[in-house]
Amino acid sequence: MKILVCISNVPDTTTKIKFNESNTSVDTTGIQWVINPWDELSLTRALELKDDPSSGIKSVTVAHVGTASSEPTIRKALAIGADDAIRINSESSDAYYTSAQLAEVIKKEHFDIILCGIESSDYNGSLVGGMISEFLGIPSVSAVSGIKIENGQAVLVREIDGGKEVTSVPAPFVAIVQKGIAKEPRIAAMRGIMMARTKPLKVIEPVEVDSLTEITVFEKPAPRSACKFIDPENPGQLIDLLQNEAKII
Amino acid sequence: MSVLVYTENWDGKFKKLSFELVSYASEVAKMINTSVTALSIGKIEDSELIKLGRYGAGKIISVENELLKILDSQAYSSVISEIAKKENSSVIIISNNNTGKAVAPRLSVKLRAGVGSGVSRLPLNTNPFTVYKKTYSGNAFAHVVIKSEIKILTLAQNSFELIETVDNSTIEKMTVNVDSSLARTKVQNVLKQTDKILLTDADIVVSGGRGMKSPDNWAPLTELANVLGGATACSRPVSDEGWRPHEEHTGQTGKIIAPNLYIAVGISGATQHLAGISGSKYIVAINNDKEAPIFEAAQYGIVGDAMKILPKLINAVKELKK
Repeated sequence: MKILVCISNVPDTTTKIKFNESNTSVDTTGIQWVINPWDELSLTRALELKDDPSSGIKSVTVAHVGTASSEPTIRKALAIGADDAIRINSESSDAYYTSAQLAEVIKKEHFDIILCGIESSDYNGSLVGGMISEFLGIPSVSAVSGIKIENGQAVLVREIDGGKEVTSVPAPFVAIVQKGIAKEPRIAAMRGIMMARTKPLKVIEPVEVDSLTEITVFEKPAPRSACKFIDPENPGQLIDLLQNEAKII
Repeated sequence: MSVLVYTENWDGKFKKLSFELVSYASEVAKMINTSVTALSIGKIEDSELIKLGRYGAGKIISVENELLKILDSQAYSSVISEIAKKENSSVIIISNNNTGKAVAPRLSVKLRAGVGSGVSRLPLNTNPFTVYKKTYSGNAFAHVVIKSEIKILTLAQNSFELIETVDNSTIEKMTVNVDSSLARTKVQNVLKQTDKILLTDADIVVSGGRGMKSPDNWAPLTELANVLGGATACSRPVSDEGWRPHEEHTGQTGKIIAPNLYIAVGISGATQHLAGISGSKYIVAINNDKEAPIFEAAQYGIVGDAMKILPKLINAVKELKK
C-alpha cells in the first residue's frame, strides 16, 4: 500500500503576521516557513506505519502545491523520512484550486491512503482534504485522531461531539487528521537531511482551474481592552465584576 | 431562491448551536430578500423540529433514511446537495463543527460553490458576496469574496446570538434515495463521554496550565467549573504530560473554543494557546507571573497563587448562587 501526505507550507506559528501597505497580502519578509502542524503529524504517523512491516505500507509520498520557494519545506519532509515528493508548480489561490491540483496528481499516480491535515494554520479553511475526496469520488473520514492497519485494512478513530468512533472505509480514501494522530512530530536526523538532497522531487505543471474565492483585504484583530487587575487578597471582587459589569454569570 | 441551513441533531435533539445557525441563516436571508429552509437528517420528533421555526426557518425539511444513521461525508453531502438543488438555494449554511468540516468541502465540489469557512459575522456585502473570517489562527482576519453562484458558509460555534422571530413554519417530510455505494463508512465501536458538558458547547470554561504544578492540584479548578456550570479545559503541556485527557486541550492544535467566559489558571498564554481561545467573549487570567502574555489577552486578571485564589472564588460563586 502507498500513502500520500498532502503538505502545506505555512509561517511558523509564533510569527507576528504583518501585511503589505494596502493590506491585500501578507508581508513575507523574515517569515520562517514550516510544514503545517497537522500535516507534519500526518507525515509522522504515515512513517510510523511504514516502519511496521506488518502494516504493508511500502512508501510514503508528500505532495505540495507551491512555487520553487517552498522547496525547503518539501526537503524537510523528505529529511523527516518521506520517500519522494511531488510539487505542483503553482501559487495556491484557494482551497478549491489547490484540491483540484492535488486530485489530478492522485488520479495519475495510485495511492491507497491520502492523509491531509484538518486545516492549515494560515487560512484555517478545513477544506482541502474533503474537496480532494469529492473530486476523486472516494470516501473521506474527517476529524481522524488515530489510524492503524489491521489485516490490510485501515481502522480510523474519528472525533465526534462528545466522544470517538472507531470506523473503517474501503481504500482508496482520504483521512482528514487532527491532534492525537501522532504524539510528537518526527524530527529530521542528520542522516535524513543528507539523504533528502538526493530523494526524488518531481515538479508537475498545474492544470487550469478557476478559484472560487479570493481574499481581498486583511485586518488585524481588534485590540482587547486593557486588563483590569483584581486584588489577590479579595478575589471575590472578580465574581462581582463578572456578574455586574460583564453580566456573564 | 432560498437560504438552506443544515441543522444537525444529536439523538433527536437540537442544541443551542442549531438555533444559532437558524438565527444566522435568517439574517443572511434578509440581506438577500429570501426565505430560510432548514434541513434535518435523521430520526426526530415534530415537536423538536418545530423549534427551528422560532428562529426564522420558514420551511423545515426532515429526511430519514437507514443509510444516514452513520455520518458518511459522501452520503450526507449528496443528500444536502440534492435538497439544495430542489430548494434552489443560493446560500448554504452549516456549522463549522466536526460534521460541517466533513460535509462542507464535498458539498462545495458537488455544487461548485465557494466556501467561507468559520465565519463569525454576517456577510460584509452581498455584491460581491464578501464574508469575514479568521485567518492565521486568529492573528488576522480576512475579507473573502465568494465568486461562485452558490455560496457555502460554515459558522463558527458560539459566534452568533439567538434571534427569536414570528413563527410561520411548516414541516415537510421528504424521502431521499441514498445510493448505498456512497455510504461506505462502517462504525465498529462508539466511545461516548457521559453526561459531561462538552467543551465546545460550554458557555463557561475553566482551564489549567503548567502553572497548576501537579495533576493533584486540579480539584479546586474542577470545582470552580462545577459551581459555575462550566466545563474544564487545559493547555497543551498539561495534556502532553498526561495530567489531563487530550480532549481537554484547547489551543491551535487542540480544540478551538469560543465560550462567553474563559478562566485561564496558570496558563502563560503562548500564541498557540491564544489561537484556540481568542474567540472567547471574556477572558480571565490567574497567574503568579504578572508579565505573562495571557494578561494582554484578558479583560480581568489576578496576579497570585492559584491554590489560594481558587477556593475563595468557589466560595464567592457559592454565595452568589444562594
